Amino acid sequence: MLVGAGAALLAIPFLHFPAFYESFLYLVFHWIVLATSWNILCGYSGYFSFGHGAFFGLGIYTTAVLTARFQWPFLATLPVAAATAAMAAVALGSLVFRVKRVRGELFALLTLAVTFVLATIILNTPIDGGPGVSLGGVAVPAIGPTPSSSFYLLELATAAATLGIAYAIWRSKLGTGLFAIRDDEDVAEVLGVPTFRCKLIVFAISSALAGIAGGIHALFISYVTAAETFSIIVPLTVVLMSVLGGTRHWAGPAVGATIITVISYASTAGDYPLAGKAAVGAILIAVILFMPEGVLGTLLDRRARRTFSAPDRAGTVAEARASNAGAARQAIGAALLTVHGVSRAFSGIQALRRVDLSIRAGEILGLLGPNGSGKSTLINVISGHYRADAGSIDFDRHELTHLAPHQIARLGVARTYQIPRPFAHLTVLENVVLTAMFGGAALDRRDALQEAWRWLEFTALVDKAQALPDDLNLHQRKFLELARSLASHPKLLLLDEVLSGLTPTEIDSAVDLIHRIRDHGTTIVLVEHVMRAVMALADRIVVLDQGQVIADGLPLEVMAQPAVITAYLGAKNDAAR
Amino acid sequence: MTLPSLALLTQAVLSGIFVGALYGLLGLGLSLSWGLLRQINLSHFALAFLGAYLTYQLVMVGGMDPLLTLLVVAPCFFAAGAAIHWLLAGFAVTPLNSLLVTFGMTVIVESIIQWCWTADFRRMTSRYAEITYRIGKVYLPLPELLQLALAVTLCLAVWATLRYTDLGKALRAAAEDGEIAAAFGVNERVLAALLSGACAALAAVAGLCLALSYTLTPSQIYAWIGVVFAAVMIGGLGSALGPLVAGIVIGVAEALTMAITAPSWAPLVSFSLLIAVLLVRRGRA
Repeated sequence: MLVGAGAALLAIPFLHFPAFYESFLYLVFHWIVLATSWNILCGYSGYFSFGHGAFFGLGIYTTAVLTARFQWPFLATLPVAAATAAMAAVALGSLVFRVKRVRGELFALLTLAVTFVLATIILNTPIDGGPGVSLGGVAVPAIGPTPSSSFYLLELATAAATLGIAYAIWRSKLGTGLFAIRDDEDVAEVLGVPTFRCKLIVFAISSALAGIAGGIHALFISYVTAAETFSIIVPLTVVLMSVLGGTRHWAGPAVGATIITVISYASTAGDYPLAGKAAVGAILIAVILFMPEGVLGTLLDRRARRTFSAPDRAGTVAEARASNAGAARQAIGAALLTVHGVSRAFSGIQALRRVDLSIRAGEILGLLGPNGSGKSTLINVISGHYRADAGSIDFDRHELTHLAPHQIARLGVARTYQIPRPFAHLTVLENVVLTAMFGGAALDRRDALQEAWRWLEFTALVDKAQALPDDLNLHQRKFLELARSLASHPKLLLLDEVLSGLTPTEIDSAVDLIHRIRDHGTTIVLVEHVMRAVMALADRIVVLDQGQVIADGLPLEVMAQPAVITAYLGAKNDAAR
Repeated sequence: MTLPSLALLTQAVLSGIFVGALYGLLGLGLSLSWGLLRQINLSHFALAFLGAYLTYQLVMVGGMDPLLTLLVVAPCFFAAGAAIHWLLAGFAVTPLNSLLVTFGMTVIVESIIQWCWTADFRRMTSRYAEITYRIGKVYLPLPELLQLALAVTLCLAVWATLRYTDLGKALRAAAEDGEIAAAFGVNERVLAALLSGACAALAAVAGLCLALSYTLTPSQIYAWIGVVFAAVMIGGLGSALGPLVAGIVIGVAEALTMAITAPSWAPLVSFSLLIAVLLVRRGRA
């Protein structure tokens, strides 16, 4: 069917329709390119940009200046237009993506401001100079039988390429990383997704495509002005089209672009331009209120959105059983992680004070302490989410304190969250596939799928593989956290209160599971308040109080120490009063 | 580049203050609904222009005094603002989606304005427009003085209400954590609808100022968005005085840029400031 449609579209210029049809279809493809390229960054990663017009405009002006002023042949300017836009995106991205706060609406505003700054510079410098640039004398390349068909074919090819790229990224490892960023960027980074690099790559691709669309459009309109090019209408229309079609699907923006272009063209041609404009506004409101996932997102069953990962799992589960049985427990060995003099303060509150501790390979270390004693902070510092103010952390001969969270994850450190933080729009299976690809195991997608099935089997979540995390109960969500961290093949697993909130029977099964994880050779740090489980699991216990280590030793000995009892229950004379 | 005369510079600073006051007045409603209701209300600009056109109509056709038109326009807008909030809150719209929904409203309002008053330029004539005071070599037009007075008065009034009254405290508490505030007896939904209505009424006042001092055309709605957003971001979300101060700083900076270089360089100032503020400012926005 796709081939047939493609052939039909290719044949149009040779059927001698009136040029009007080709120009109309050119506009449809034009908006498909702009909306789809916008979505590659903004829809996939959730960084909604209002600055797509800037990169489109850079493309327009690159081609306009090179053809009109320097007599370059038109086609030769297109790669330059793409490169200019991409370089601008990389420059902007490497500045903006470093600032954690600039997300959501702030990113949207910032990119809009960048558009206006760029417009002002172009307007006031010889690039434009004020009156605009005319491409009247530039030859249109004879791709089709007529100029309008040449534009049509050129834009058709660009649209096809853009959709191809959007689809490829959507399916790829990069795409999974981007969707994880959209759901919860901090967790994605801690689980091993190189968020900065992912965003920068797609920003460059997205902008390059907008640059090409701009370059072609410059010659199509043949007279470019800064006011038209950088008007706020371009980015807003692109956002509208994508949201209308559905931003989580690769084809959503193309659907939205087609609908909007047809409506506005029909109303202009039918002498109701104002009604058409108002209709577009009304559609935008209705879609966001009634179909927040867009037309495509609503029409397709939510599980069909990214089901390419539903494989035949009969074989893989059998393999999983075999490999689960085959692993052998290693003996407790040398230190795997050494924390030395680590401190961390939050606006005056000293959460960690010169903490020293070491964890030996193959060990289960119980990390205890009253609420607010610094246990979670320590986990966050080890996994790189917080930077240590002082001290060093050696893991497997790597110094962790200067590494980004995703680099630490890549070295083989995995963690779970006390309150499970699954990626809400990825299926249970995709949640696990993500860490198998981006964590320490660094598998390709096919192997990652097998690995994910293996750990879903291990945590008894196989039946829920295609569900979304919202459909799981707390027990299952906690086990999903476990499966997700295990799929990265961690050398060190940091379990943050994985048992809290579970019923006694669920705790028993979790304790059994943690024993089995250690039997695979994974070293475990267990932050826990459920003492029964700690005493059953831990080989050694470290107790933190007010950010300091107050005890370190065998479980029974540590729990008998007066300092520990005081930390938990208060001093004796306090109790007597 | 030669520096313009002192009188010209003074005049530039003054006109910067005047236009900056309008940035602040437009920003006030935007800042309140963004900071306290988590709604980024783009339709604020459309409402302001609708208000300006209604004022134009009432003055030019109805023969009303421009200031008295507020008695008609502001209550209607108050109801419209409450309705917008009811819609956005009823669907639990996220901040980003509120931006998109209100953009849809803006487009609709723009179409209505263009349908009623066409895309031609409209300039309201009134008895205020004729009056200009002169101090030395510097001119002070009455409409712009009114604009400054209205902006400063309203911003101060809102600031005082938020800071000193129980109503203001309840609003700030509800913005901080709606559920907890509700548990302590704050009727969050009514308060939010009131606030949203008040923001729309402020848009009516801004519309009056637009009609008094500016030539109106529907597409001008979009010309104000960028600068006013800059004033709000720089001044602080939910703040009443911040946008006014930031607006005046931006207005003066723009006016000086125009006086010293060319008018077309003016946007560079506000947007570079906005980018710098977004990148450098610490803490929660």
